[in-house]
Amino acid sequence: MTRANGHNKREKKESLSPEEKRRREREAKIQDLLPDEDEALGKAYDSRLFRRLMHYNEPYKQKLIAAIILMAISSLLGVSIPWIIRRVIDFGVSGQEADQIQIWTLSLLETFFGSTDQMAILRFWTIVLILAAAGEWLTNRARISLMAFVGTRIVADIRSQLFRHLHTLTLNFYNNYSVGRLMSRLISDVGVLQDFITWSLTGLARATFTLLGIVVAMLAMNWRLTLVTFALLPIMVFIANYWASHVREAYRATRQRHSLMNGYLNESITGIRVTKSFTREQRNFNHFRDLNGSYFDANVDASRLAAIFFPGVDFMGSLATALVVGVGGWLVLGESLTAGTLIAFVLYVDRFFEPIRELAQRYNTFQATMASSERIFRLLDTDPDMSDPPDARDLPSVEGRVDFNHVYFSYKDDEPVLQDIDLHVLPGERVALVGETGAGKSTMIRLIARFFDIDRGQLLIDGYDVDEVTRRSLRRQLGIVLQDTFLFSGTIRDNIRYGRLDATEEEIIATAKAVGAHEFIMRAPEGYDTDAGENGVNLSVGQRQMISFARALLADPRILILDEATSSVDTATEKHIQKALDRLMEGRTSFVIAHRLSTIVSADKIVVMDQGRIVEMGTHEELLTEGGRYYDLYTMQWAEAPESEAGVPEAEQATSFSSN
Amino acid sequence: MDNRMAVYGRLTGYLKPYWKELLIGYGAMLAVTLFNLYVPQIIKDAIDEGLRAGEARALFIAGGIILVLALIRGVAGFAQRFYGQWLTHRFSYDIRNEFYQHMQSLPFSFHDQSQTGDLMSRVTSDISETERFIGIGLMDLVSALLLLVGVIVVMLLESMQLALIALLPIPILVVATIRFGNTVRPRFKEIQEQMGQLSNAMQESLTGIRVVKAFAQEPYELEKFDEQNEAWFEQRYNLIQIWANNWPFFTFLLAISIFLLLWFGAPMALRGELTVGTLFAMISYVLMLNGPVQRLGFLVNLAATAGASATRAFEIIDTPDTIPEKPNALVLDAVRGDVVFEDVTFGYADERPILEDVSFHATPDQTTALIGPTGSGKSTLVNLIPRFYDVNAGRVLIDGHDVRDVTKASLRDHIGMVLQDSFLFSSTIAENIAYGTPEASREEIEEAARAARAHEFIMSFPEGYDTRVGERGVTLSGGQKQRIAIARALLTDPEILILDDSLSNVDTETEHLIQQALAVLMEGRTTFIIAQRLVTLKNADHILVLDDGHIVERGTHEELLAQGGLYKEIYDLQLKDQEEFMELQEKLTTAGD
Repeated sequence: MTRANGHNKREKKESLSPEEKRRREREAKIQDLLPDEDEALGKAYDSRLFRRLMHYNEPYKQKLIAAIILMAISSLLGVSIPWIIRRVIDFGVSGQEADQIQIWTLSLLETFFGSTDQMAILRFWTIVLILAAAGEWLTNRARISLMAFVGTRIVADIRSQLFRHLHTLTLNFYNNYSVGRLMSRLISDVGVLQDFITWSLTGLARATFTLLGIVVAMLAMNWRLTLVTFALLPIMVFIANYWASHVREAYRATRQRHSLMNGYLNESITGIRVTKSFTREQRNFNHFRDLNGSYFDANVDASRLAAIFFPGVDFMGSLATALVVGVGGWLVLGESLTAGTLIAFVLYVDRFFEPIRELAQRYNTFQATMASSERIFRLLDTDPDMSDPPDARDLPSVEGRVDFNHVYFSYKDDEPVLQDIDLHVLPGERVALVGETGAGKSTMIRLIARFFDIDRGQLLIDGYDVDEVTRRSLRRQLGIVLQDTFLFSGTIRDNIRYGRLDATEEEIIATAKAVGAHEFIMRAPEGYDTDAGENGVNLSVGQRQMISFARALLADPRILILDEATSSVDTATEKHIQKALDRLMEGRTSFVIAHRLSTIVSADKIVVMDQGRIVEMGTHEELLTEGGRYYDLYTMQWAEAPESEAGVPEAEQATSFSSN
Repeated sequence: MDNRMAVYGRLTGYLKPYWKELLIGYGAMLAVTLFNLYVPQIIKDAIDEGLRAGEARALFIAGGIILVLALIRGVAGFAQRFYGQWLTHRFSYDIRNEFYQHMQSLPFSFHDQSQTGDLMSRVTSDISETERFIGIGLMDLVSALLLLVGVIVVMLLESMQLALIALLPIPILVVATIRFGNTVRPRFKEIQEQMGQLSNAMQESLTGIRVVKAFAQEPYELEKFDEQNEAWFEQRYNLIQIWANNWPFFTFLLAISIFLLLWFGAPMALRGELTVGTLFAMISYVLMLNGPVQRLGFLVNLAATAGASATRAFEIIDTPDTIPEKPNALVLDAVRGDVVFEDVTFGYADERPILEDVSFHATPDQTTALIGPTGSGKSTLVNLIPRFYDVNAGRVLIDGHDVRDVTKASLRDHIGMVLQDSFLFSSTIAENIAYGTPEASREEIEEAARAARAHEFIMSFPEGYDTRVGERGVTLSGGQKQRIAIARALLTDPEILILDDSLSNVDTETEHLIQQALAVLMEGRTTFIIAQRLVTLKNADHILVLDDGHIVERGTHEELLAQGGLYKEIYDLQLKDQEEFMELQEKLTTAGD
């Protein structure tokens, strides 16, 4: 944003270059396309979220503590190296006046080697140096390995917790939350946490330890030079702050434009046939080039910030070096500066700003982490599906009697979906549910499977209240075939077996034969081992339906719930499906949301629904004679085809038909 | 090898137009490198001359020089980073444009065989792998090599003997980092693949959640998930183990270098063969190597991946357009809509032809219905008219012009298509309707929507025609989408109209509305319609019955019924419902009496 303002100011003086003009136009266009509500920015630190996040460390506490101790040791050893170099130079080479540590060293050398000449001192410290370095190596190695376990484990744990939680949520939840969004929680948001837990957290801790070590070492060597270095800290903090506050906006701008561009790209590829039909190629390309250009501009803005920041930090390092050397000049006058100290200082100031640089760099990750964890936790806090009551019993094998006793239901408090549903179905009866979209048919069949709790009234299966039995035992006795015949990736056999995991090969084949699927399965390249493909793309719509019938039949349910598909299929397939359905419903209580006339006509009971109520009930012929809602639906849907030969509009058709 | 070098040559070719930025960036990089090499020299002199002699002035001057140089380096550092990044992004901008434009120009046969996911991954991950290398990565690589060589040279100049000893661990370090990169990279790929499997498992379970819950198979799904999640854990944990085994060791190798410096150098300094300043400079140089050497391993790998990724992107860019326009192609101006197929045969290479010896003639204002089993070649046939595919033999003529003799754009401008899946773009409804005619006025758009029986439902949205379609807007039902697609075709006012009449997931009333919309659409045009419903067939002037790529029967509804062939068979199968209806009608009439 600031950049844009900067431009405005400059542009007032000079006339716009054509390039800049293009850029402005592009941006104006992009602004409309960007999401209206800002992506949740979140704070870089939120103690509540942070604590909850830290809670996942609990099971790995010991490992974590060990890692922190190792980190402290390795940081200390790392910091000690310039200090040791100083001792080598000052006491080994220059023969500096002895200090306390030097006296200890000398007595140590005296006792063990009987030699205290400069060469011995020099060798002694050189060996200490390599030992410290080896120590740093080993502790770092152990620490990274420990953190690899803890960090990766936590990420796997969070993902698992989230995934498990999702499986307890209501279908209503899934109606409002697209799979794409859920996947972005499970993949991107968990991925952000992964970055944070594995790298940022340890990186920061390490930087802090190192900073502390350096400060202590510098103060111990020469407090005046240390203060000189400290004087630069406020400037550094200012730079880091500036960076953090601007880079957030810049990176967000690139992310938004990136997803905008990729979204358009994806659409262009999937819609290529339409594009070609309408010869829109050039126009689409111009639009894409604008999106691409805007992404480029945003990237350049972000690059500019980075190009200021990182050399800026480097400059601070050089400035510190210059100060140390220059101020060293004053100290030389007082003869209080040794060569070793100067060298150690130059080596230290190089690393002094590292932690701040690290923090600034990680700022983005922090912020992303807080936003991601907020989203994850919100999902985890979503109330699960109604759980089984504590005293729930398993539903024993039922015959299939279903009673709706004055059932009321609503998804939201003030919007009743079902009202006063009173329906009694005997074992083995076929019930066809008819009505317009939104009449409540799907909700009714979902209540039988207890996907939702009813508000009022009672729903009994063989006299057992569905509220009082375990959901698992209930659903095991139901066969549910939905409109979109979802197949899992894997073989056809696996997909049929999904109905009952312990089914034998013979049972699977027998079932497939029963629904008439065996024939086409055997024609497939690998028979039952043929891959059903991603969401069953290798199979036709009709074939997929047949497989889902087999899947339901294999479960051998007492009560069958069917949402008949409306997708048009080949006429030959249609015949097969018809037969399979008859076979499937044989001897079972079935509820069918029907779209096929033949299904409806052959039902024992047709239930006509309108706005959440049962408006008519009876057999096909009874209802037709009644001449009510069913009659209207019926004539509209199936009467049209043979009569419209002369192009008579439908309304007229219906009247002419009734006046016959 | 030659091929690989060619890819890099081609990649660097993308930078050519930006030689100015390239020059500034690399010049700045050189300046930064020189600065880095020079600073230890200043401090060395400060130590040897200022500190030893107790001369404060030498130290002040040294501090001042460092300061001035640091300022220059700051500016150069900015230029290096900025232009490095700039080149990176400019490259990807250019290549993405190129990719997009070429992707759009590729024929249907290409898109039939490619997958969206694959194309997307080429244009996103492959290009970003490449871009990182070609701009800033390449610059980093050159800078790392330069610094490495520079440090070695300076150290040798400083003290040949000591440098040779101190640099002993460096070759090991170089080899180790490259080897490290080589072990880590394939594992990274594996983890990515594992992550892909894990997300597939999750996505499937969530997409099929209704089935999962219906069969109470949650435990089974969780078991599948756990298996993938644990596999991911193992792989990632192992990868970081490798990291742990290598990374700290690299630092240790440099410590060995410093150890060697002190072990052999310090006694030399003690004996006065070497100054303390030199010793310091040597230590500084060794420490300076840390970054570049470690980056080297990373960059060498980056270069390798970039090569592979670029190859994947170039594969698409280099795919030839198999249905090119003739250099002297005619621009088809006014068209009556006379369509002739002359002995047309079409099929993919070395496969059985999809269409064989198809001939027919469709005149303006005639409706030709196509019917036949799935896979009989109906869709392929209509796709030959706008030249989405080229025939293998025979000719397709529009008003007497072979479609291969005219420009594709001018040909397609006269053809309107409503495809089976009515694909809408995620822009506003108005923009979708005006997709083929972006200059259409709002009145024209509304008129088309009215004719397509879409106006009413569009107006029921709060934002009317400005309602956005898709993820960030409203979700339209299949029937609504179809009517918008019809309006879209209607607005272009084509002379030739191609319709796929298979309506799916549409409720009764909508189906009727669409029927009406289609009737309006077909008026006064040469229409081809892939028919599913009897009403369409009865209204057609001409029915072509396809089976296995051949026209097996042709004629009007009555003629074909009388023939008693395939058409009769299909008709009988579809007729069942209607027969029942007839019976019922009789019953009702009697009941009414």
